[in-house]
Amino acid sequence: MDILLFLLLAPLIAAVVVYALPNHPVRDWLVRLAAVVIAGASVYLLATAFDKGTQLVAFPTEPLGLAMTGLSVLMALFILALGVRYRKPIAVALVLVQTALLLWFELGYAPGMHAEHNLFVDEFSIVMALIIGVIGSAICVYAVPYMRTFQAQHTEVPDRRRMFFFVLFVFLSAMFGIVFSNNLAWLLFFWEVTTLCSFVLIGYTKTTEAIDNSFLAVQLNLLGGIGFAAALLWLGMTQGTIELDKLVGAGAAVALVPATLISFAGLTKSAQLPFSSWLLGAMVAPTPVSALLHSSTMVKAGVYAIVKFAPVLTGTLPGLFVGLVGGVTFLAASAIAVTQSNAKRVLAYSTVANLGLVVACAGIGTYEAVWAAILLIIFHAVAKSLLFLGVGSVEHQVHSRDIEDMAGLVTRMPRVGVMMLIGMAGMYLAPLGMLISKWATLRAFIHAPGGILFLLLIAFGSAVTVFFWAKWMGLVIARPNRGENIESRVPREELTVLGLLAALVVGVSLLFPWISKVLLEPYVFGLYGKIAELGQDNVIIMLLMMGTVLLLPLSLLYFRTGRHRLTPYMGGRPTTADMRFAGSLGIEREMGLHNYYLEDWFGEKRTFRAGVAVTALLIVLMFAGLALAGGFA
Amino acid sequence: MNVLYAIVFLILAPLAGGLIAGVDRKLTARMQGRVGPPVLQPFYDVGKLLEKEHVIVALSQNYFVLAYLVFIAFSGALFFAGGDLLLVVFALTLAHVLLVLGAYSATSPYSFIGAERELIQLMAYEPMVILAAAGFYLATGSFYVNEIAAFPRPLIVLLPGIFVGLFYVLTMKLRKSPFDIATSHHAHQEIVKGVTTEFSGSTLGMVEVAHWYETVFLLGLFWLFFAWSPVIALIAVAILYLAEIFIDNATARVKWGFALRSIWLVTLVLSALNLVVLQYFGGL
Repeated sequence: MDILLFLLLAPLIAAVVVYALPNHPVRDWLVRLAAVVIAGASVYLLATAFDKGTQLVAFPTEPLGLAMTGLSVLMALFILALGVRYRKPIAVALVLVQTALLLWFELGYAPGMHAEHNLFVDEFSIVMALIIGVIGSAICVYAVPYMRTFQAQHTEVPDRRRMFFFVLFVFLSAMFGIVFSNNLAWLLFFWEVTTLCSFVLIGYTKTTEAIDNSFLAVQLNLLGGIGFAAALLWLGMTQGTIELDKLVGAGAAVALVPATLISFAGLTKSAQLPFSSWLLGAMVAPTPVSALLHSSTMVKAGVYAIVKFAPVLTGTLPGLFVGLVGGVTFLAASAIAVTQSNAKRVLAYSTVANLGLVVACAGIGTYEAVWAAILLIIFHAVAKSLLFLGVGSVEHQVHSRDIEDMAGLVTRMPRVGVMMLIGMAGMYLAPLGMLISKWATLRAFIHAPGGILFLLLIAFGSAVTVFFWAKWMGLVIARPNRGENIESRVPREELTVLGLLAALVVGVSLLFPWISKVLLEPYVFGLYGKIAELGQDNVIIMLLMMGTVLLLPLSLLYFRTGRHRLTPYMGGRPTTADMRFAGSLGIEREMGLHNYYLEDWFGEKRTFRAGVAVTALLIVLMFAGLALAGGFA
Repeated sequence: MNVLYAIVFLILAPLAGGLIAGVDRKLTARMQGRVGPPVLQPFYDVGKLLEKEHVIVALSQNYFVLAYLVFIAFSGALFFAGGDLLLVVFALTLAHVLLVLGAYSATSPYSFIGAERELIQLMAYEPMVILAAAGFYLATGSFYVNEIAAFPRPLIVLLPGIFVGLFYVLTMKLRKSPFDIATSHHAHQEIVKGVTTEFSGSTLGMVEVAHWYETVFLLGLFWLFFAWSPVIALIAVAILYLAEIFIDNATARVKWGFALRSIWLVTLVLSALNLVVLQYFGGL
């Protein structure tokens, strides 16, 4: 399996090369070249490995394992040094605890354990590799013009673009490492690398806020890392194996403890309540970082780990409580998203919410739920990266990330506006991706034990979801004042990447029956011996709907002609074409339109506090359930 | 699934829906002590709307309204063809979002408020509709309408909570008082026409026809509770609609906050109770 090695090493080489070069078009071209190569390699992996099931790869351990331990210690020292420098005692304490646990495992138990297979690839990791390889690379390409504009507009921020792209590529390599590692010690190593990348990139601007938020992120992720390290230690003490495939195969009797501990780590990484505050703070990072790390890939590593252990979690008490944490997070985060007018915060809360759905599916862990979870991961990655990048492009021209300032985007930036509409529709409307996965999720919930609770959570949560997406779409297509078209200022490359992602949103929805058949169904069948699907006739109807949606815009050709155009009704007041009307006392006023935010209903503080209380209790119950199941015995 | 039923629905539903609207107006008038228009008046109205001048405020608004009509008809057709109830619900949500987007695109302050209120309506009734689909599934073991309709026992007995909850929501779906918060058929309720303020002529006609389609679909949904006996089903559906007319005339519009809160409360309590009882004590 040379291709796995290639995917692990190519981004690393790119990272080193990019770091060595100054700001220059040559470096920009190298970034693009590396992106194309990585994307191509991940597609090559799909083409060569999709029909081969799970392939385990024996890979020499000792020297690499040693190097990883060394690097782990170096990373810990790095965080330690910064923690001391910026006076963050909690981060220092957490990093010490985690490193102590890790060294205890590495020195005390690892030498006696021999992992037969360190790497593997199966259908699920192919899916993840495609998300990392294709979407991740597209975001790297987008980041080139974006960061140029960013530095031009923020002259107070030191230009650290060399470091930026270096970390971006190291991150891609680490993500490939996460999805290809069969050795859990390796998985933890790559996991920690992504934590560090996130830490560095959130602090990119080095403002006080950025530094505080980067430490918040690293603290919560280290908390999860401690859970992960504890899982390794427990395995070392009692089981003598740290191989993912063996643990998942062994089932709940053997693997429930590590599954629960790693799920705990996954909850922190995926920013589930009560840990979600770090993801909101992470929105201070440049937007490509939010798109890459904080929506489409890194936070997916958390749910990836939980979904991997779904066959172990299913039907257990800890599994039920993990699922409920996800379900409650979905409802609470969706509700908070209604109250936000900062576009990136809406996207962040929506990300938290959708990851919650994935966690709920994974905690339930039946064959249908796992199938739905992977569908959610795919569609969310595509649509959400498009939305983040769209907001990034808008922000650079409009100089605001407030949704209220996006009114009339379809006239001011027609292409970006339409692509964002596609992205938003992709998040909640039939027949596009996320709706397909929500449908699958509903069907999975209904069969689950305790499923009615999950059904209630998803029914209310998705109703709220419809509200906040539709009102945002509404502002984008409303035209309160006919502002000039400023789209020509958007770099061509940004538009190209947005176009590619918009095409992916539609394309993946069209190809979903094929994706399901080729990748998801074999994966689920391999684990459970059952096949989940939506039914042939339903798929046909979905495609019919899709065809209708794609054809309906043609009607605009007809509606364009022979219409008498008037200004909107303004209560009879004299109104100009750009919607200025005669107010009282002869003052001319401009019409303004503002969305509802329902603060009194879903106020951020109140909802967040309630969500934290409930989910914290659920996590306590999760560990209590583990003790009850005799896990620690 | 049966394509023939879908075609029959597409042709006959506007006729039936228009007639129902005519009877509705007649009865409403009688309840208010008026003579009322002829029963066929809704058809005359739409016919006249179609002849009006094509006036718009925004290019895209007609597109959204057309798409609204298409997907309302689509979801109804899917329902009567015996399709997957969840898919019907999703298509219906899509249709209403399209109507809302049409109102937004008009960019008038009145239609904008109407759009926001229509979205609040959508948010209010969506959970009940999804949970009703779940209830039908738990009772019959199928999401397919034709299989639910063929269920040999009276579903009303198994799903009384779902039935009452859905009836509570029906008032809003039919745009009737006290829950007609986005737009109403009655002039006295409105400052301006809410979500449809900027639609005129044939565009407004399309909104009307879509409403007829939806009325027939909604009555079909209630039919399922009584589907084991068509005679009883017909009587029950007729009584339900008469009750809606009565409620419409006996109540005044409430604030949206009350509408949302009460609908969510009813949904939560009734459907949770019903589903739990069904899953753990009865069913199948």
